[in-house]
Amino acid sequence: MYIIRKKQELGPQVKEYVVEAPLVAKAAKAGQFVVVRLHERGERIPLTLADWDPKGGTITLVVQEVGKTTQELGDCFGVGDALQDVVGPLGEPTEIDRYGTVVCVAGGVGIAPIHPIARALKGAGNHVIGIAGARTQALLFWLDRLREVTDELLVTTDDGSYGRKGLVTEPLKELLATRKVDRVWAIGPAVMMKFCSLACQEAGVPVTVSLNPIMVDGTGMCGACRAEVDGQVRFACVDGPEFPGEKVNWDLLIARLSAFKEEERCALERYRQLIKEATS
Amino acid sequence: MIRKTQVPMREQDPRARIHNFDEVPLGYTPEEAMEEAKRCLQCKNAPCVGGCPVGIDIPGFIAHIAKGDFRAAIRLIKESNNLPAICGRVCPQETQCQGVCTLGRKFEPVAIGRLERFVADWERENGVELPRVGRPTGFRVAVVGSGPAGLTCAVDLRRYGHEVTMFEALHEPGGVLMYGIPEFRLPKAIVKAEISSVREMGAEIVTDAVVGKTFTIDDLFADGYHAVFVGSGAGLPRFLGVPGESLIGVYSANEFLTRVNLMRAYRFPEYDTPIKVGRRVAVVGGGNVAMDAARTALRLGAEEVLVLYRRTEAEMPARREEIHHAVEEGVRFEFLVSPVRFLGENGRLSGVECVRMELGAPDESGRRRPVPIEGSEFSLAIDTAVIAIGNRPHPLVPRTTPGLEVSRHGTIVATEDGATSRKGVFAGGDIVTGAATVISAMGAGKRAAAAIHHYLLDSTPPARP
Ligand SMILES: Cc1cc2nc3c(=O)[nH]c(=O)nc-3n(C[C@H](O)[C@H](O)[C@H](O)COP(=O)(O)OP(=O)(O)OC[C@H]3O[C@@H](n4cnc5c(N)ncnc54)[C@H](O)[C@@H]3O)c2cc1C
Ligand SMILES: Cc1cc2nc3c(=O)[nH]c(=O)nc-3n(C[C@H](O)[C@H](O)[C@H](O)COP(=O)(O)OP(=O)(O)OC[C@H]3O[C@@H](n4cnc5c(N)ncnc54)[C@H](O)[C@@H]3O)c2cc1C
Ligand code: SF4
Ligand code: SF4
Ligand code: FES
Repeated sequence: MYIIRKKQELGPQVKEYVVEAPLVAKAAKAGQFVVVRLHERGERIPLTLADWDPKGGTITLVVQEVGKTTQELGDCFGVGDALQDVVGPLGEPTEIDRYGTVVCVAGGVGIAPIHPIARALKGAGNHVIGIAGARTQALLFWLDRLREVTDELLVTTDDGSYGRKGLVTEPLKELLATRKVDRVWAIGPAVMMKFCSLACQEAGVPVTVSLNPIMVDGTGMCGACRAEVDGQVRFACVDGPEFPGEKVNWDLLIARLSAFKEEERCALERYRQLIKEATS
Repeated sequence: MIRKTQVPMREQDPRARIHNFDEVPLGYTPEEAMEEAKRCLQCKNAPCVGGCPVGIDIPGFIAHIAKGDFRAAIRLIKESNNLPAICGRVCPQETQCQGVCTLGRKFEPVAIGRLERFVADWERENGVELPRVGRPTGFRVAVVGSGPAGLTCAVDLRRYGHEVTMFEALHEPGGVLMYGIPEFRLPKAIVKAEISSVREMGAEIVTDAVVGKTFTIDDLFADGYHAVFVGSGAGLPRFLGVPGESLIGVYSANEFLTRVNLMRAYRFPEYDTPIKVGRRVAVVGGGNVAMDAARTALRLGAEEVLVLYRRTEAEMPARREEIHHAVEEGVRFEFLVSPVRFLGENGRLSGVECVRMELGAPDESGRRRPVPIEGSEFSLAIDTAVIAIGNRPHPLVPRTTPGLEVSRHGTIVATEDGATSRKGVFAGGDIVTGAATVISAMGAGKRAAAAIHHYLLDSTPPARP
């Protein structure tokens, strides 16, 4: 049983869950993810391991509510409730090494998955510079946790409500121009990762991104998660999810994310209707 | 006087069944089964037995059916086959038991598969007798993968008295029986009933356990397992490698069928997983998987389903019955063609360009190799494509088990008995042979269970608790 031990609101439509999953917690490494199914009729959705506690046997997930499944998790699952399935850890772990100076860029909920990566990189002796950005202050979270695992932390908001006004790519470009940066990690919405990758490519600095295509099994069995990297078809769930950002075919990735747009909308509307009927 | 033809099995009308996912053949009544059973000549040499990969005493069980003793018939089958309801439905009988039936030389062969299915279904309705579990030996065996190979191995290990824990990566056990073969061909209730029998025999099944990720085979030995059986199957989908294959609307057969079968997308939005099927669907391939995908597409509302196969009908590896059913349901076939690129509009599939093929010299498999005819390219407008050109061995276990010898095809190298290059690690089914059949995977699971039993008896017995 994968029991929710803790649930906390981090911002509008963003929640943190601490879930019992001892086997996953024992094997987890930075960069990996789990596949979660809420109930018997549920979809399998991938979520990155934001943290884990091998001793306590728990994992931490940070979930942004974007559609039916994530919304239902937020509305209907509280402390003490059990998730039907939690499978993992899946995907290849981040390649942690002593690179020198690394920049870890996080956009929006990307803050959660970048956290263990920054921690591992710092643990390996790198000088870690963090950049965290969101649309507005309310959407920022875990800044204290990020400060703990970085040597420097820069924060941006699109509307200037906190930190520097603008997009994460701006401080990234400045760092690339003024400092010796050995490697960059960028995690967030596909568009943000695309522009970070372009900036790094121009500066000639290797960049790693974590791809988030639609998945089904997460174990290499279906090919739903295929992405084009360096002209080759790769399965993000087993070959990734991390890939060299400058080699990713972003337009394809972004297009494939909309494969089930209509069905997703229909599912969300039906869910809202059911909730309305149940509560009225 | 012997009937020249098989007693026909009632089926759902093709016009009705393309609108539902219910099973197509409806099964024999006891009278029909007895009538069909009486066609068996009870041959002394019984070639049919040699044609069955697990060597069921076919004339024996058929004789019981002819007398109306269905309990005796099912008992006899279960001495060699623990999943008869499944095999009776999905075995390629025409190339196995029925392919060599003496009666088949002059008339239609005895409908062995249908009779096997009949008694297995009869038993499910009249009370299942579980095989007897052996006296506890204290040995613990881990079984990786819960497809037919793993399930069969687990049952036999329990009969020998060993403790068994099965580890399955997906959220439901059953392997291809659950995620691949559709409901209308193999109702999931039947698979679930078989799986609960395995549980009742005391085998523990742990789902959501991806061996190689959640823990490794070495971890299992460290946890005190004395032997491991790997039946992790051939679950890795193959793609054509042609341009446009990542357009929205192009699925691997595994994705298409997993969404529908395992995730029940055909009942979306009641179930959360979506599937999208357009009006014109092309399925690429000619095996059972292709037939399953084509017939599933029809049931999901496609107006036109076209199977593109690069050889001719004679070379199609699918079971004859499935091809026949597909044709009845209105699936169309284009033989001697192969896609060369998928065409798209705004990232979505809009067509496929194909080239015509002709058959050249035979290849290693003895089948004539298709070669493209230059300048014969043509395009078809389609909005969905399903690639069903075969599956490769799942690489996760081989990749994460040091010392396990793997062939250049990615299969685990194992003997007839399932022994691998690693002491205490046995393997069988599709992970060893490459994509094959349910019954051959079961045969491998059975032989491996016997080999594991001998291996354990020869090793130091565990301290009794
Ligand atoms: C490896 C991986 C790790 C992920 N980690 C996290 C995480 O830590 N926290 C988190 O909140 N989300 C994460 N995601 C995204 C998450 O899986 C999706 O948001 C979720 O599946 C949406 O399900 P839904 O039913 O709520 O929404 P849906 O109705 O299915 O989708 C709503 C919208 O979300 C987008 N979407 C659908 N599936 C995905 C997807 N797989 N990735 C990105 N966008 C998607 C679509 O564009 C769609 O329009 C991750 C995805 C991957 C592949
Ligand atoms: C669509 C389709 C239709 C078919 N139709 C027929 C037919 O009509 N007749 C016939 O005889 N054969 C048919 N076959 C072939 C047949 O199903 C297979 O040959 C057979 O299932 C192989 O059995 P297996 O036990 O070796 O592997 P599988 O059935 O593939 O089972 C392997 C199991 O191992 C699990 N697994 C894999 N890796 C791991 C891991 N690392 N850790 C834990 N678990 C793992 C998988 O999730 C899976 O559940 C069909 C196959 C398909 C795909
Ligand atoms: S198990 Fe398959 S091959 Fe053997 S008798 Fe039954 S149908 Fe024929
Ligand atoms: S070969 Fe045919 S006729 Fe002969 S025993 Fe077997 S099933 Fe009966
Ligand atoms: S999600 Fe199925 S192969 Fe990656």
